[in-house]
Amino acid sequence: MTNSPKGFTLNNADSCRVKFARRFLRSLIEIKTRQTNYNNNLSSSPSSSSEIRRRSERIKLKAYSSMAHAVGPRKAWTRALLLKLHNRAKRHRFRTRKRSSLAMVLKKKRVFRVKNHANFYKPAAERGNYSVLNSDEKTEKLRELVPGGKAMDICSLLEETAHFIKCLAMQVQVMHEIADQLSN
Amino acid sequence: MSSRRSRNSGSSRISDDQILELVSKLRRLVPEIRDRPSGKVAASKVLQETCNYIRNLHREVDDLSQRLTQLLATIDADSAEAAIIRSLVTQ
Repeated sequence: MTNSPKGFTLNNADSCRVKFARRFLRSLIEIKTRQTNYNNNLSSSPSSSSEIRRRSERIKLKAYSSMAHAVGPRKAWTRALLLKLHNRAKRHRFRTRKRSSLAMVLKKKRVFRVKNHANFYKPAAERGNYSVLNSDEKTEKLRELVPGGKAMDICSLLEETAHFIKCLAMQVQVMHEIADQLSN
Repeated sequence: MSSRRSRNSGSSRISDDQILELVSKLRRLVPEIRDRPSGKVAASKVLQETCNYIRNLHREVDDLSQRLTQLLATIDADSAEAAIIRSLVTQ
Protein backbone atom coordinates (compact mmCIF):
# COMPACT_ATOMS: atom_id res chain seq x y z
CA MET A 1 0.00 0.00 0.00
CA THR A 2 1.43 3.40 -0.90
CA ASN A 3 1.89 5.94 1.87
CA SER A 4 -0.01 8.85 0.43
CA PRO A 5 -0.10 12.04 2.56
CA LYS A 6 -3.45 12.18 4.27
CA GLY A 7 -5.76 14.95 3.25
CA PHE A 8 -4.05 15.65 -0.07
CA THR A 9 -4.70 12.91 -2.57
CA LEU A 10 -7.01 10.05 -1.85
CA ASN A 11 -6.02 7.20 -4.14
CA ASN A 12 -8.38 4.47 -5.13
CA ALA A 13 -7.51 2.18 -2.25
CA ASP A 14 -8.01 4.82 0.43
CA SER A 15 -11.37 5.99 -0.87
CA CYS A 16 -12.47 2.39 -1.24
CA ARG A 17 -11.48 1.70 2.36
CA VAL A 18 -13.36 4.76 3.65
CA LYS A 19 -16.44 3.91 1.59
CA PHE A 20 -16.42 0.36 2.90
CA ALA A 21 -15.93 1.49 6.52
CA ARG A 22 -18.83 3.95 6.30
CA ARG A 23 -21.22 1.49 4.67
CA PHE A 24 -20.34 -1.31 7.02
CA LEU A 25 -20.66 0.87 10.14
CA ARG A 26 -24.02 2.10 8.94
CA SER A 27 -25.17 -1.52 8.54
CA LEU A 28 -23.94 -2.31 12.05
CA ILE A 29 -25.92 0.59 13.49
CA GLU A 30 -28.99 -0.59 11.56
CA ILE A 31 -28.57 -4.14 12.84
CA LYS A 32 -28.07 -2.89 16.38
CA THR A 33 -31.22 -0.72 16.38
CA ARG A 34 -33.22 -3.58 14.90
CA GLN A 35 -31.92 -5.85 17.65
CA THR A 36 -32.84 -3.44 20.44
CA ASN A 37 -36.34 -3.02 18.99
CA TYR A 38 -36.66 -6.78 18.79
CA ASN A 39 -35.53 -7.17 22.38
CA ASN A 40 -37.88 -4.42 23.58
CA ASN A 41 -40.87 -6.11 22.00
CA LEU A 42 -40.22 -9.35 23.81
CA SER A 43 -40.62 -10.04 27.48
CA SER A 44 -37.30 -11.80 27.70
CA SER A 45 -34.30 -11.11 25.53
CA PRO A 46 -33.31 -14.31 23.77
CA SER A 47 -29.67 -14.96 23.15
CA SER A 48 -29.87 -18.50 21.94
CA SER A 49 -26.95 -19.86 20.04
CA SER A 50 -29.01 -20.07 16.86
CA GLU A 51 -29.97 -16.41 17.16
CA ILE A 52 -26.35 -15.45 17.70
CA ARG A 53 -25.32 -17.52 14.69
CA ARG A 54 -28.01 -15.84 12.59
CA ARG A 55 -26.85 -12.38 13.63
CA SER A 56 -23.24 -13.23 12.97
CA GLU A 57 -24.22 -14.51 9.53
CA ARG A 58 -26.09 -11.27 8.84
CA ILE A 59 -23.09 -9.17 9.83
CA LYS A 60 -20.82 -11.30 7.68
CA LEU A 61 -23.07 -10.87 4.63
CA LYS A 62 -23.28 -7.14 5.28
CA ALA A 63 -19.49 -6.98 5.34
CA TYR A 64 -19.17 -8.63 1.92
CA SER A 65 -21.96 -6.57 0.40
CA SER A 66 -20.53 -3.32 1.79
CA MET A 67 -17.18 -4.24 0.31
CA ALA A 68 -18.62 -5.06 -3.10
CA HIS A 69 -20.66 -1.84 -3.12
CA ALA A 70 -17.65 0.24 -2.08
CA VAL A 71 -15.62 -1.09 -4.99
CA GLY A 72 -18.53 -0.68 -7.38
CA PRO A 73 -19.55 -2.67 -10.46
CA ARG A 74 -16.32 -1.95 -12.36
CA LYS A 75 -14.93 -5.36 -11.44
CA ALA A 76 -16.32 -8.72 -12.50
CA TRP A 77 -15.95 -10.22 -9.03
CA THR A 78 -18.02 -7.46 -7.40
CA ARG A 79 -20.79 -7.91 -9.96
CA ALA A 80 -20.81 -11.66 -9.39
CA LEU A 81 -20.72 -11.26 -5.61
CA LEU A 82 -23.52 -8.69 -5.56
CA LEU A 83 -25.64 -10.94 -7.77
CA LYS A 84 -25.03 -13.90 -5.47
CA LEU A 85 -25.92 -11.89 -2.35
CA HIS A 86 -29.00 -10.45 -4.03
CA ASN A 87 -30.25 -13.90 -5.06
CA ARG A 88 -29.51 -15.23 -1.58
CA ALA A 89 -31.56 -12.45 0.03
CA LYS A 90 -34.40 -13.05 -2.39
CA ARG A 91 -34.40 -16.79 -1.60
CA HIS A 92 -34.33 -16.02 2.13
CA ARG A 93 -37.30 -13.67 1.83
CA PHE A 94 -39.18 -16.30 -0.14
CA ARG A 95 -38.32 -18.97 2.38
CA THR A 96 -39.47 -17.01 5.42
CA ARG A 97 -42.92 -16.44 3.97
CA LYS A 98 -45.77 -18.75 4.95
CA ARG A 99 -45.17 -22.09 3.34
CA SER A 100 -47.85 -22.91 0.84
CA SER A 101 -48.15 -26.12 -1.12
CA LEU A 102 -46.92 -24.20 -4.14
CA ALA A 103 -43.80 -23.25 -2.25
CA MET A 104 -43.16 -26.88 -1.41
CA VAL A 105 -43.53 -27.84 -5.07
CA LEU A 106 -41.16 -25.12 -6.18
CA LYS A 107 -38.67 -26.17 -3.57
CA LYS A 108 -38.60 -29.69 -4.95
CA LYS A 109 -37.89 -28.48 -8.49
CA ARG A 110 -34.17 -28.14 -9.02
CA VAL A 111 -33.10 -25.28 -11.20
CA PHE A 112 -29.87 -26.05 -12.97
CA ARG A 113 -27.91 -22.89 -13.53
CA VAL A 114 -26.28 -22.90 -16.94
CA LYS A 115 -22.61 -22.43 -16.22
CA ASN A 116 -20.94 -20.09 -18.60
CA HIS A 117 -18.01 -22.20 -19.68
CA ALA A 118 -17.43 -19.95 -22.66
CA ASN A 119 -13.73 -20.32 -22.12
CA PHE A 120 -13.80 -24.06 -22.71
CA TYR A 121 -15.12 -23.74 -26.23
CA LYS A 122 -12.27 -21.57 -27.40
CA PRO A 123 -9.48 -23.32 -29.26
CA ALA A 124 -6.45 -24.02 -27.12
CA ALA A 125 -4.24 -21.60 -29.03
CA GLU A 126 -6.57 -18.73 -28.18
CA ARG A 127 -6.61 -19.60 -24.55
CA GLY A 128 -2.88 -19.18 -24.44
CA ASN A 129 -0.07 -21.68 -24.43
CA TYR A 130 -0.16 -21.73 -20.66
CA SER A 131 -2.63 -24.57 -21.07
CA VAL A 132 -0.94 -26.26 -18.15
CA LEU A 133 -2.45 -23.63 -15.89
CA ASN A 134 -5.81 -23.81 -17.64
CA SER A 135 -6.41 -27.48 -16.94
CA ASP A 136 -4.72 -27.42 -13.55
CA GLU A 137 -6.94 -28.48 -10.67
CA LYS A 138 -5.61 -25.57 -8.64
CA THR A 139 -6.96 -23.19 -11.26
CA GLU A 140 -10.32 -24.88 -10.85
CA LYS A 141 -10.17 -24.40 -7.10
CA LEU A 142 -9.32 -20.73 -7.62
CA ARG A 143 -12.29 -20.38 -9.96
CA GLU A 144 -14.53 -21.65 -7.21
CA LEU A 145 -13.13 -19.23 -4.66
CA VAL A 146 -13.21 -16.04 -6.72
CA PRO A 147 -16.74 -14.76 -7.40
CA GLY A 148 -17.53 -15.13 -11.09
CA GLY A 149 -14.32 -17.04 -11.64
CA LYS A 150 -15.91 -19.89 -13.56
CA ALA A 151 -16.70 -17.72 -16.57
CA MET A 152 -13.32 -16.01 -16.85
CA ASP A 153 -10.35 -16.77 -19.02
CA ILE A 154 -7.09 -17.37 -17.19
CA CYS A 155 -5.83 -13.79 -17.61
CA SER A 156 -8.96 -12.18 -16.24
CA LEU A 157 -9.07 -14.77 -13.46
CA LEU A 158 -5.58 -13.86 -12.27
CA GLU A 159 -6.28 -10.14 -12.48
CA GLU A 160 -9.59 -10.39 -10.66
CA THR A 161 -7.99 -12.63 -8.04
CA ALA A 162 -5.31 -10.04 -7.31
CA HIS A 163 -7.86 -7.29 -6.83
CA PHE A 164 -10.16 -9.58 -4.84
CA ILE A 165 -7.36 -10.49 -2.45
CA LYS A 166 -6.43 -6.86 -1.92
CA CYS A 167 -10.01 -5.90 -1.10
CA LEU A 168 -10.62 -8.93 1.11
CA ALA A 169 -7.47 -8.19 3.13
CA MET A 170 -8.57 -4.59 3.50
CA GLN A 171 -12.04 -5.71 4.61
CA VAL A 172 -10.49 -7.91 7.31
CA GLN A 173 -8.28 -5.04 8.45
CA VAL A 174 -11.16 -2.58 8.77
CA MET A 175 -13.38 -5.11 10.55
CA HIS A 176 -10.53 -5.77 12.97
CA GLU A 177 -10.10 -2.05 13.67
CA ILE A 178 -13.83 -1.62 14.25
CA ALA A 179 -13.89 -4.56 16.66
CA ASP A 180 -10.93 -3.12 18.54
CA GLN A 181 -12.64 0.26 18.73
CA LEU A 182 -15.86 -1.24 20.03
CA SER A 183 -14.14 -3.31 22.68
CA ASN A 184 -12.56 -0.23 24.27
CA MET B 1 -6.50 -19.45 -42.82
CA SER B 2 -2.74 -19.37 -42.32
CA SER B 3 -2.89 -15.69 -41.39
CA ARG B 4 -5.50 -16.53 -38.77
CA ARG B 5 -3.30 -19.26 -37.38
CA SER B 6 -0.32 -16.96 -37.10
CA ARG B 7 -2.52 -14.35 -35.41
CA ASN B 8 -3.67 -16.92 -32.92
CA SER B 9 -0.16 -18.10 -32.12
CA GLY B 10 0.90 -14.46 -31.83
CA SER B 11 -1.83 -13.75 -29.32
CA SER B 12 -1.00 -16.87 -27.35
CA ARG B 13 2.64 -15.73 -27.05
CA ILE B 14 1.46 -12.41 -25.67
CA SER B 15 -0.84 -14.19 -23.29
CA ASP B 16 2.05 -16.20 -21.91
CA ASP B 17 3.93 -13.08 -20.91
CA GLN B 18 0.77 -11.57 -19.51
CA ILE B 19 0.14 -14.68 -17.47
CA LEU B 20 3.70 -14.66 -16.19
CA GLU B 21 3.31 -11.06 -15.11
CA LEU B 22 -0.05 -11.68 -13.46
CA VAL B 23 1.28 -14.69 -11.58
CA SER B 24 4.21 -12.67 -10.25
CA LYS B 25 1.78 -9.91 -9.27
CA LEU B 26 -0.23 -12.46 -7.33
CA ARG B 27 2.94 -13.74 -5.72
CA ARG B 28 3.65 -10.27 -4.31
CA LEU B 29 0.17 -10.08 -2.78
CA VAL B 30 0.09 -13.40 -0.96
CA PRO B 31 2.10 -13.03 2.26
CA GLU B 32 2.87 -16.73 2.50
CA ILE B 33 5.00 -16.63 -0.66
CA ARG B 34 6.09 -13.01 -0.46
CA ASP B 35 7.84 -13.42 2.87
CA ARG B 36 9.64 -16.56 1.81
CA PRO B 37 12.98 -15.46 0.35
CA SER B 38 13.28 -18.37 -2.10
CA GLY B 39 13.92 -17.37 -5.70
CA LYS B 40 11.50 -18.88 -8.18
CA VAL B 41 8.12 -20.20 -7.16
CA ALA B 42 6.16 -22.43 -9.50
CA ALA B 43 2.90 -21.05 -10.86
CA SER B 44 0.87 -23.91 -9.43
CA LYS B 45 2.38 -23.24 -6.01
CA VAL B 46 1.35 -19.60 -6.32
CA LEU B 47 -2.19 -20.69 -7.14
CA GLN B 48 -2.30 -23.09 -4.23
CA GLU B 49 -1.06 -20.53 -1.75
CA THR B 50 -3.55 -18.02 -3.17
CA CYS B 51 -6.41 -20.46 -2.56
CA ASN B 52 -5.22 -21.06 0.99
CA TYR B 53 -4.88 -17.34 1.59
CA ILE B 54 -8.43 -16.67 0.35
CA ARG B 55 -9.80 -19.42 2.59
CA ASN B 56 -7.94 -17.98 5.57
CA LEU B 57 -9.32 -14.53 4.87
CA HIS B 58 -12.86 -15.93 4.73
CA ARG B 59 -12.27 -17.63 8.06
CA GLU B 60 -11.02 -14.38 9.55
CA VAL B 61 -14.14 -12.58 8.32
CA ASP B 62 -16.21 -15.29 9.99
CA ASP B 63 -14.41 -14.92 13.32
CA LEU B 64 -14.57 -11.14 13.18
CA SER B 65 -18.31 -11.27 12.44
CA GLN B 66 -18.85 -13.44 15.51
CA ARG B 67 -16.73 -11.10 17.61
CA LEU B 68 -18.65 -8.08 16.31
CA THR B 69 -21.97 -9.81 17.10
CA GLN B 70 -20.92 -10.34 20.68
CA LEU B 71 -19.62 -6.79 20.99
CA LEU B 72 -22.80 -5.33 19.55
CA ALA B 73 -24.90 -7.35 21.98
CA THR B 74 -22.98 -6.33 25.06
CA ILE B 75 -22.81 -2.58 24.50
CA ASP B 76 -25.69 -0.21 25.03
CA ALA B 77 -27.49 1.16 21.97
CA ASP B 78 -26.69 4.80 22.69
CA SER B 79 -23.07 4.22 23.49
CA ALA B 80 -22.91 1.92 20.48
CA GLU B 81 -23.80 4.79 18.19
CA ALA B 82 -21.27 7.00 19.93
CA ALA B 83 -18.49 4.44 19.64
CA ILE B 84 -19.31 3.73 16.03
CA ILE B 85 -19.45 7.38 15.12
CA ARG B 86 -16.15 7.87 16.90
CA SER B 87 -14.51 5.17 14.83
CA LEU B 88 -16.09 6.69 11.73
CA VAL B 89 -14.35 9.95 12.42
CA THR B 90 -10.97 8.41 13.04
CA GLN B 91 -11.05 6.27 9.85
